[in-house]
Amino acid sequence: MKARVHVMLKDGVLDPQGEAVRHALGHLGFSGVEAVRQGKVIELDLAASDKAAAEAEVAQMCDKLLANTVIEKYTVEIV
Amino acid sequence: MKAAVITFPGSNCDRDLAVGFEKAGAQVVKVWHKETELPAGIDLIAVPGGFSYGDYLRCGAIASRSPVGQAIADFADRGGYVLGICNGFQILTEMGLLPGALMRNAGLKYICKPVALSVASADSAYTESYGLGAQVTFPIAHHDGNYQIDPNGLAELQGEDRVAFRYVENPNGSVDDIAGVLSANRRVLGMMPHPERAIELAQGGADGAALFRALSGIMANA
Repeated sequence: MKARVHVMLKDGVLDPQGEAVRHALGHLGFSGVEAVRQGKVIELDLAASDKAAAEAEVAQMCDKLLANTVIEKYTVEIV
Repeated sequence: MKAAVITFPGSNCDRDLAVGFEKAGAQVVKVWHKETELPAGIDLIAVPGGFSYGDYLRCGAIASRSPVGQAIADFADRGGYVLGICNGFQILTEMGLLPGALMRNAGLKYICKPVALSVASADSAYTESYGLGAQVTFPIAHHDGNYQIDPNGLAELQGEDRVAFRYVENPNGSVDDIAGVLSANRRVLGMMPHPERAIELAQGGADGAALFRALSGIMANA
């Protein structure tokens, strides 16, 4: 079973990298990009077979390591 | 006084920190990150700057979960002194020993230069020898030193006089110009600037030496 974790900065936390990307897109002629937020995707191969248990375990991994919940939020997707 | 300096893979200020303490008359033991217990009789743990674990995942994230991490947290819980500088500050926030987080510099660039700081609280073993409002110059060298904390957390830091140092000219976008913060019991200090890189004039300034002398003096008398 594979799990995909999306980690994003929380709403309201300024994302200087996203802002820089937005500016660069503007320079390339892509007008109308109002905001860019940059995050990361983490894929895990799991030995687990129970989907709900896997989802709960990955959420724990996020709280303990994969995300810094002071500034980041995450979603877990079992694929 | 006996200080333990932790070394992670990728730490690069551990020797400088050890020299800072030794020059101030302290005894230093180097502790490798795989240790699960700290040497007996230490008064302070110093977590050095550098790029622990190559800054993988987030700066300080992996180091904060390494074997020695639990020993550091237990030491702090018992009221021990812990000083984290640069990557060490990032590690202490990742461990939850200090509030907030260090994000990418607002200007997105790595910054390496001496900066002026003002001592924002003299109520700590680290800062009392400088005195409130004193101005000191320490080098900074970081890409992720942009200190951020939610408004409630910031109000708490300000209300409890836990901002130890502020930048005179904010180089990285840190909220409220914060360069260093103290724990609630005032014994854990995290700061981005490097006092250990300013301990003798050959380094361009020696403002940092007083911090190590003060710690060494306080703990020799304890």
